[in-house]
Amino acid sequence: MTATSPTARTGQVSSAQSSARTGQVSSAQSSARPGKRGDRTGAASRAPWLLLAPFLALFILTFVLPIFVAVLSSFTKVTRSGLFGEAGVKSEFAGFSNYAQALADGSFVASIGRMLLFGVVQVPLMIALCTVLALMLESASAKWPGFFRAAYFLPYGVPGVIATILWSFLYVPGLSPLFDVAALVGLTPDFLGANTVLWSIANIVTWSYTGYNMLIIVAQLKAIPGELYEAAKVDGASTWRVALSIQLPLIRPALVLTTVFSIIGTLQLFAEAQVLKTVAPAIDSQYTPNLSAYTTAFAYNDYNVAAAQAVLIAVAAFVLSFAFLKFTNRKSS
Amino acid sequence: MTATVTPPSTSASPARTSTAGTRRSGSKGRPSTIIVTAVLVVVALYFLIPVYWVVVAATKSTEDLFSTNGFWFAPTVALWDNLAQVLSYDNGIFIRWFLNSVLYAGIGALLATYFAAAGGYALAKYEFRGRNLVFGTILGGVLVPGTATALPLFLLFSQLGLANTYWSVLLPSLVSPFGLFLCRIYSQATVDTSLIEAARLDGAGELKIFHTIGLRVLTPALVTVFLFQLVGIWNNYFLPLVMLSDSGLYPITLGLNNWLSQVDRLPEFYELTTGGVLLSIIPLSIAMVVLQRFWRGGLTEGSVK
Repeated sequence: MTATSPTARTGQVSSAQSSARTGQVSSAQSSARPGKRGDRTGAASRAPWLLLAPFLALFILTFVLPIFVAVLSSFTKVTRSGLFGEAGVKSEFAGFSNYAQALADGSFVASIGRMLLFGVVQVPLMIALCTVLALMLESASAKWPGFFRAAYFLPYGVPGVIATILWSFLYVPGLSPLFDVAALVGLTPDFLGANTVLWSIANIVTWSYTGYNMLIIVAQLKAIPGELYEAAKVDGASTWRVALSIQLPLIRPALVLTTVFSIIGTLQLFAEAQVLKTVAPAIDSQYTPNLSAYTTAFAYNDYNVAAAQAVLIAVAAFVLSFAFLKFTNRKSS
Repeated sequence: MTATVTPPSTSASPARTSTAGTRRSGSKGRPSTIIVTAVLVVVALYFLIPVYWVVVAATKSTEDLFSTNGFWFAPTVALWDNLAQVLSYDNGIFIRWFLNSVLYAGIGALLATYFAAAGGYALAKYEFRGRNLVFGTILGGVLVPGTATALPLFLLFSQLGLANTYWSVLLPSLVSPFGLFLCRIYSQATVDTSLIEAARLDGAGELKIFHTIGLRVLTPALVTVFLFQLVGIWNNYFLPLVMLSDSGLYPITLGLNNWLSQVDRLPEFYELTTGGVLLSIIPLSIAMVVLQRFWRGGLTEGSVK
């Protein structure tokens, strides 16, 4: 998960940049210095590329080329002649026909709609939960904050697949003690039904990522200058007042970015649905957009339509996070 | 994780002392302490109960798993039998998966951190043509989710004959655009240019300067990058799923899912899966609890100095 970087970007970049401006070793500078020239200047101008080379080579191989391949093959149609394609394979430019085919597939479109519904409910809930937890842990009233922080963060170290296996055992009647507990209060839950399984997945995602997002917010809370708290205390502000007027506004960047990364993560949902599929018949092979693309590629062997789907998912994630950023920016100004 | 990258800044040190201050002065309000702590305990139960359940489940035989209360231990403890079975099943394939995960995550995170450090340092400490273009492109990579590139990467690697090899999972794990981003910020803020100049005058080569001065100063940021990448690779599922068909190359996530999918037909896979899940979450859970300090240490170190 790249979800990490967010806050850093908003918060600290400016100061770093300004120090960079002053602190740069420009090759122009070093060449202006008297002394043994030639190879030295050459070395200084080669050095950054030498240092960048391994990263750039791998970046091109695993980011740039695949994106290029995806876009290219999403506009390509492969036709096989002969009964088993033995008479040759022909690729030709297909325009938007793969996209049209992807969007005409009701299940694929429905899966995007399902993720939107999921995101509208789960993301605000999780962000609210981790904000409240962060504020409580950082408040004066919390006991053993170190223990709780570790306990909440622990699920982040459990891979999504393992977390899903774990919860799937708790969702299955007969195996799960949750049903015994529910029976005590007269409930007969069905965690894997057609209407409930989406929220069972939401529970797994919340379980996995709340602690992680909480740590990001805690980090930003810790960066709030102490004078602000002092001033609030002098003014006699209550804990609520401090949280609402000082802490919440100042952790906004962290909230915005954890939200954006949660939106992107929601559209990428895969492992949870795919693993839960084995115990929940309500989950079909096109339950999430990514599962849909995976099925198209590996069950139907239609890589071109799968590429179109992958591009559509990435674009949707980009548009949504961009829209959210725009929305929050407008609200703040 | 914000402050991870927080360069040593002057405003940060009062922040720390004051948080300590507020904590001490506020703890008089006893009712609020009880309420807050009670809420925190309930939430902690939510996060810990699934883990507790799997510990209990791993101690039971298959019959007990279904016939006894899931939140308490059965009279007969079958933990060692279960674990022995997990470790020996199919000639110890579980151990192999585990080692594969260690290989992918360990080597991947180590090299990824090194490459990100070199790249971030180069982008921060040298001015050269194309620098902004390179950085902008890499920054775009931060926003590209791993699952979006996995499918086309598979097509590409199949053509290169790399699919279904160790390389197919390892190579993409070596790149961390976010890590480079972090290292660049940290280099700008902490690597002293006059130190580099001095080393140059002493006749040190550019690469040597990076390896002796750069890497040492960057250490706190490197720890953070390494941890993120380690967890990221360890938890990755989609990439190995797409790339690997030979179960001998599977990481632990893929392997356990393989076992789970056989539960329907063969109930003894319940024991194998619960035991395997238990064994697989132990190392990372310990790592999380221990490293959580470093994680924060990485963060605050930059700002507290």
